[in-house]
Amino acid sequence: MKRREFLGQAGAVGTMGLASGLSVPALLSGVGRAYAAADDIPVGLLFSLTGAVAVVEHTLHDAALMAIEEINAAGGVHGKQLRAIIEDPASDPATYADRARRLMIRDKCVSVFGSYTSASRQAVLPVTEQRDNLYWYPTLYEGRECSRNVMYGGAVPNQQQDILLPWLVENFGKKIYMIGNNYVYPKEENNYCRILLNDLGGEVVHEEYVPMGHSDFSSVINRIRAEKPDVIFSTLVGDSDVAFARQYRAAELDPEKMPVCSLTRSEIEVKAIGGDAAAGHFSSAPYFMSNDTPENQKFVENYKARYGADSVTHFVSEAAYFQVYQFKAALEKLDPANISPTEIRDAAVGMSMLAPQGEILIDPNLHTHLWPKVGQWQSDGQAKVILQSEERITPKPYAAYPGQQCTGDGLVKS
Amino acid sequence: MDVVLNQAFAGLSMASILLIIALGLAIIYGTMGVINLAHGEFVMLGAYTTWALQNHAGLGVVTALPLVFVAVAAVGWIIEKVIVQRLYTRPLDTILATWGIGIILQQAVRLGVGAESRFVRGPQWLSGNIEIGALVMSNYRIFVISFSLAILVVTWLLMTRTEFGMKLRAVIQNRGISECYGIEAKKVYSVTFAYGAGLAGIAGALITPLFSTIPTMGTGLVVDAFLVVIVGGLGSLMGTAAAALLIGEVTAIFSIVINDTLGRIAVLAGIILLIRFRPRGLFPSDIRR
Repeated sequence: MKRREFLGQAGAVGTMGLASGLSVPALLSGVGRAYAAADDIPVGLLFSLTGAVAVVEHTLHDAALMAIEEINAAGGVHGKQLRAIIEDPASDPATYADRARRLMIRDKCVSVFGSYTSASRQAVLPVTEQRDNLYWYPTLYEGRECSRNVMYGGAVPNQQQDILLPWLVENFGKKIYMIGNNYVYPKEENNYCRILLNDLGGEVVHEEYVPMGHSDFSSVINRIRAEKPDVIFSTLVGDSDVAFARQYRAAELDPEKMPVCSLTRSEIEVKAIGGDAAAGHFSSAPYFMSNDTPENQKFVENYKARYGADSVTHFVSEAAYFQVYQFKAALEKLDPANISPTEIRDAAVGMSMLAPQGEILIDPNLHTHLWPKVGQWQSDGQAKVILQSEERITPKPYAAYPGQQCTGDGLVKS
Repeated sequence: MDVVLNQAFAGLSMASILLIIALGLAIIYGTMGVINLAHGEFVMLGAYTTWALQNHAGLGVVTALPLVFVAVAAVGWIIEKVIVQRLYTRPLDTILATWGIGIILQQAVRLGVGAESRFVRGPQWLSGNIEIGALVMSNYRIFVISFSLAILVVTWLLMTRTEFGMKLRAVIQNRGISECYGIEAKKVYSVTFAYGAGLAGIAGALITPLFSTIPTMGTGLVVDAFLVVIVGGLGSLMGTAAAALLIGEVTAIFSIVINDTLGRIAVLAGIILLIRFRPRGLFPSDIRR
C-alpha cells in the first residue's frame, strides 16, 4: 500500500510536469492551481460498468452522464464544458481506490462522482481525503461517517425510518421481524430501528442475517410463519431481495396481513421480482419513479428517451442525477479562474435546489436534506406514494449514537 | 412440531433443487471424470433460455422444459466436440478449459441479454399451497420435488436399462477394450456430456421462478453441485440423491436451529469431516478404473 501510494504520487508529479512542458515553476506550484488551467472542467465518473454491482451502478453512471450532457447542451458552466472522464472500477474496492487516484491526480478532476456500495466508498475515502478532493456519493447508506471530502446525496437511517416506523406500528402492529444481508448496512439500520421501536413500544420478534447472494429462503419463510410478526422489516439487497420476494409470494403470505417493508427495494428490484409478487409491499425512500413533480417528469422523460422506454429511474439514480446539478450550481457561484474541490464544497453547503423528489438542501455536514416517502408497490411495477413526510428531514448520520454529531467542522463528540 | 414438519419440507425442497443441479454434474464428473466448472453456466443458460422462450414465444416454464433441455444439450454437445473431447487424457487442463468456457458463457449472456436480473413468471396452475394441518407446502416446490425424482429415475433407467447405458458403462470401465468391441467411445462421451448439460438446463428452468435470474447465478450453484457429487461418491446416482437429501435436510435443520449464515458454515465443516473419514464419499461405486 505504502509503495503504491508512493508510486501514485511520483506519477502525479511526473504527469504534472509533462502537462506543463516539464517547466520547473509548474512542479513547484503544487496541486492547488492546477485545476482551472484547462478550457473545460474535468469531472470523474467512477461507476462500475462490469462485475457484480454493474447492474445498479450502470444506471447511476447513465443518470450522471445524462446530467453532464444536459448541462453541456445548455452551454456548460461559465461557458466551459464539463468533460466527463469515465473509469470502470469493475466492482472491486481496490480498483476503486486506484482509479479514484488516477482521476484526481492524473486527470485533475475537481470532483469525482461514484460508488454504490459502502465498501467501495470506504476504499475511495482515504484517497479523496489525502488529495483534499471531492467525492459525490449518491447512495443511501448506514451513516456513521463524517468526511469533509464526500458529498452524501442519499438517505441516512433517520431519513429512512423516522416517518416510517411510527406509521408501521400504527397501521400494522408492534411485532417486527428483521431480515437483512450480513454486512454493515443492514446491521446499522436495524440498530437504529430498535432505538425507534423502543420509544414506540414495538418489539423485535426475530433479527436475522443471511449471507450476500443467499437465495433459498424456505427456512426464513417457515420461521416467519411460526413467529407471526406484523411487519417484515427488510434490508436485503439485490438478488437476495429478488429471491426472497418471489418465494414470499410463492408461499402465499399475504401482504395485507404481513407486508414486507424494505429500505432497499427500488424500481430495479421490482422489475426483476415481477409486479405481481411485489404488489402490496412497501419501500421507504425519498424518491420513486412515479413521483409527480415537473422536475421528475422531465428527468424520467429524458431518461427513457435516452436509455429506452422500459428503463427505470430509482432513488439512487435520482441522486446521481441531481448531484451533478448541485455540482454545477456550486461551480456557478465560484470565480471560474479559481476552482478547487474544497471551494466547490464550501459553495455547495446551504444550497437548495429543486430535485425530482422535491426541494433538497445540502447540510453543513455535507449530507442532504431529503423528502422521505413510503411507497406501496403496484402490479405495474411502480410505487404509489401513500405517506409523505410533511417537512424536509435533516440528515443525522450519527442518530443512533448519542453524544456524537456530524457537523460542518467534522465529527463532534460531547 | 409444526416447525419441524415445515422445516423437513423446506429441507426436501432444497434437496430437490440440489439434486436437479447435481445430477447433470454427477454424470459428467462422476462417470466421465471431467471436472466441469462450466456446469453452473449451463444452469444459467437454462434459466435464460426459459426467459427467452417466455418473453418471445410466450411459453410457460413447464412447457418450455423440453426445448430448454434440447437447447442447452446442444450447447453442451458443441462444447464437448470442440474443446472437452481433446482433453480427456489431461484432466487438469479440463478444469482450466471449462472454467474459461464458463466465463465466456457468462460474459456472452451479459453482453447479449444484459446484466440486470430477468423476470420469469412461474406457472399459474402451480401457484398456491397445500395445507395439511400446520404443514404448508408450496405447490411449485412439490412439483420441483416430484420432477427431480422423475429425472433421477429416468437417468437411472438410461444408465442401467438401455443399450446406450451399457455402452457408457463399458467405456467408463475400459475405453480401449470397449472400442475393440466396436463401441464408438467418442460418440458415447459426446452424448453423455450433452445429456448432463441438458439436465443442468432443466435445473435452471425450474429454479428461475424462485430465484433471481442473472448472468452470475451459476457460480454459487456449481459449488453446491460439486459438494453433493463428492459427498455422494463418484459415479453413483443413488449416492448423489442420498447426498442431496442429506445436505438439504441438514442445511434446513441448521438454519432453523442456528441461522442461515452459521448453518452454511456448519454444513461445510460437516462435509470436510465426512470427506476426512470417507474420502470416496458415502456410496463410492465399485467400478475398477
